[in-house]
Amino acid sequence: MGKKRTAIVATGQTHHRSSRLDVNGIELINEAVVRCLEDGDLTIEDIDAVVIGNMDHFEGINYVDTWSIDGSGGFMKPTFKLTTGGTTGSTVGQSGFYLTASGMFDKVLCIGWEKNSESDTTAAITTAFDPIWDRLVFAGAIGGLAVEATKYMSEYGATEEDAAHVAVRDRTHALNNPYAQLRKPITLEDVMSSPMLSDPIKLLDVCPRTDGACAVVWANEDYAEKICSRPAWYHAGSVKHPFNLLGDTDLTTLVSMELASKEAYKKAGIKEPLKEIDVMELYLPYSCAGLSWIEAIGLCERGGAPRLVRDGVTNMDGELPINPSGGVIATNCIGATALLRMAEAAIQVMGKGGDRQVPDVETAVATGFGGCFWSDISVLRSKKP
Amino acid sequence: MATDLKDQELLVYESRIKVPYTWSVGEVGSRFLTELKENKKIWGTKCPICEAVFVPPKKTCTFCFVACHEWVELKDEGVLQTYTVVRYDSDLIPGKKPQIIGIVLLDGADTGIAHMIDGVSPDQVKVGMRLKAVFNDKRTGQILDIKHFKPI
Amino acid sequence: MDNIAIVGVGQTTIERNKLGDTFADMVFEATQKALEDAGMTMDDIDNVITTSNDFWDGRTISTMAVGDACGAGMGKNMSALEGDGTFSCFYGMTRILSGVYGTSLVVAHVKGSESENLLITNAIFDPLYMRPIGLDSLNSAALQMRRYMTKYGVTEEQCAKVSVKNHKNALKNPYAQIKKEVSLEDVLESRLIADPLKLYDCSPISDAACAVIIAGDDRAKKAKKPVWVKGVGYCADSYFLGDRDLADALALDMAASKAYEMAEITDPLEEIDVAEVYDAFSYMELMWYEGLGFCPVGNGGKLIDKGVTEMDGKLPVNPSGGLLSGHPVIVGGMIRLAEAVLQVRGDAGDHQVKNVNTALAHGINGPCGQSHCVWIVGR
Repeated sequence: MGKKRTAIVATGQTHHRSSRLDVNGIELINEAVVRCLEDGDLTIEDIDAVVIGNMDHFEGINYVDTWSIDGSGGFMKPTFKLTTGGTTGSTVGQSGFYLTASGMFDKVLCIGWEKNSESDTTAAITTAFDPIWDRLVFAGAIGGLAVEATKYMSEYGATEEDAAHVAVRDRTHALNNPYAQLRKPITLEDVMSSPMLSDPIKLLDVCPRTDGACAVVWANEDYAEKICSRPAWYHAGSVKHPFNLLGDTDLTTLVSMELASKEAYKKAGIKEPLKEIDVMELYLPYSCAGLSWIEAIGLCERGGAPRLVRDGVTNMDGELPINPSGGVIATNCIGATALLRMAEAAIQVMGKGGDRQVPDVETAVATGFGGCFWSDISVLRSKKP
Repeated sequence: MATDLKDQELLVYESRIKVPYTWSVGEVGSRFLTELKENKKIWGTKCPICEAVFVPPKKTCTFCFVACHEWVELKDEGVLQTYTVVRYDSDLIPGKKPQIIGIVLLDGADTGIAHMIDGVSPDQVKVGMRLKAVFNDKRTGQILDIKHFKPI
Repeated sequence: MDNIAIVGVGQTTIERNKLGDTFADMVFEATQKALEDAGMTMDDIDNVITTSNDFWDGRTISTMAVGDACGAGMGKNMSALEGDGTFSCFYGMTRILSGVYGTSLVVAHVKGSESENLLITNAIFDPLYMRPIGLDSLNSAALQMRRYMTKYGVTEEQCAKVSVKNHKNALKNPYAQIKKEVSLEDVLESRLIADPLKLYDCSPISDAACAVIIAGDDRAKKAKKPVWVKGVGYCADSYFLGDRDLADALALDMAASKAYEMAEITDPLEEIDVAEVYDAFSYMELMWYEGLGFCPVGNGGKLIDKGVTEMDGKLPVNPSGGLLSGHPVIVGGMIRLAEAVLQVRGDAGDHQVKNVNTALAHGINGPCGQSHCVWIVGR
């Protein structure tokens, strides 16, 4: 038993919206699951185990795995829940690899979801931070990111306009993705003139709040090619969650991403990421992350990202397209977000991207971000490992 | 220098989480609750495969994992499957202590509904007794539009 | 399967209120003990999995509170499961079987003392249809106990015998919270909580942490005291209380069948030497006997009447005193697994069962035992 090669063989997602009053959470999950099974021409009987994740306080549901059985299809199946905050989606996604690679299961369904319309997202995020040390003084998503952006900009002379290019790129890409939430074109001027939220972050620099779900099926080598003609094989991954208090982080770069990507590239034998990777789906919750964090992930030297982005290297027709799906700035159903990155990377490898397809993808990289400046990374390839 | 913390006075920090929620009921649940509110009627959904009738209604059959499109009107009467008499104080239970809580299988349904039981004393309540839904006069479209079930 | 072993276990004492310990303090203590037990240092740990519950902890991303205490702060690859610790141990095991890691450290913590049981467990229930009624862990269990008694004729006395047995066993467990002998009369005459549940049918609110180190292949073979994983299975039933016949543990039957199949066990009562099961309430232990196949369905009461599961019986159940003598939710099943490991090693001290070759551990998740995880470990 054990050590099987394994791949993502099917994906499904909802049409993401700011509010889905027509479905409760269980029904929302079900939409993604049904689409995912259809994508792989599978039925629920084919599934050996289910993993689900979200963030409890965003919907106020305790024990989401047991509550969601009607929607997930987990009835009388092995089912559990993983949750790590913003990285929940990648945590859940990677579990599908381990569970199928172990040989304990052949086919595993992984689900990430969130219905952010149901609560006050900022209030819920604030509860992530230490109640005695961090929560009273400095917490919530935008505050921490704004401090990071200020640090990066002052260190490398990057400008708010440099960051705005990232937002414009991702929102432009989203026009090609029928599932994306924000599908209205924006310009650099739109971003620059949008209301300031927390200096230097403006409204159009940040992700929206989304109701949505995503599901993927993993299958090991005994089944993968029977389900999908071009499966997205898992080659390497890394998870770095080194910080627990906001004050512990080094904000000049995303340290966790630097550690995670180095580890994953080593395992996958990637030496020159910019050349060897064909597409990236990165968890970039706000525009400046699209500068600093692509340096951390090894695409260029520190301070080099503004140039790379302005030159169009990361556009759809560039050398290494980032976020053909439109990314997080266009859609952010938090517990699903990092799984969407993984699903979209898999879609690119499978060649099922439609209008958002990058030609001839052999290697795709997906990331997750969350917690206290934490990073996850996964490398998927068309070639069997 | 290591400090001995053996005699350190221990503090606690009192706090609470304050997060408001607005839960989507969804189309299926909305129809169910609207019927309770407007017409004092209880509807369930039926699985096209195993023909189980669910109340509260489900969009998807738990057992067969298919969509349940058919609606079935149920009687507002049923049988008590199990119950308890809650003897402790709980602000979360709307009724007054000692409140009886039970699972009622409505006539025509295949799944039970958890609710409060009233109109019977704790020493008279019995598994298998027939019960009828009592509706609130003022209804707002929620499960508590059924005030409780009482013996027939 | 014989290539995965549990090589170290550590637990804190279970207490009503560990006022002096934060979540991280408890997890650090359990981790240090597990490392010491395994003869390892943190350098030997390839990845970590935490287990916690955001509701109990009062914070989103509750794993964040214990990252430093279990090695995530050292840059170990990590994951976090919400549910009972037996499930996270399963995940930890698959991460080794995948070939990526040689060892997994799995930790779990809870401080029941820091919040309100009724509020937290009410939130287990669906917000639209079950939460408004005021369902919680106590009254939902009472509904299940009544249904179980009604369907199979199990009596309150038979349920009470579980409480008497487990409280007595706890007297010899240094980690137990409640060390108090109770008689059948004490249980039957204890305060009514929610009919037919009485005070001594219920487990207490508790604080504790536990850590388990799992290793594979060579790393397991080199371990000081490996206890081999023979079989494991888990399974979830339907969620809404009215969807299930609460008297039957079908998901447990399924989980146990899987574990037995792997362990090549065909007659659990004969082949298992000791079991640690999730006795959150007295009646549950009887139901789980049935789900685990220790006796035919409906015969759990008769099994305890015959004394089969007593300390000196054919298959002692919960020699540690179980959860009735200390119930840290989330951690509960992992402690069962740790106790099963100690029993196989012969390290259970005063509550050691003689000649244990094969032990069973059991964890549950969700309302009224909706989901179950069963482990078989042995020499």
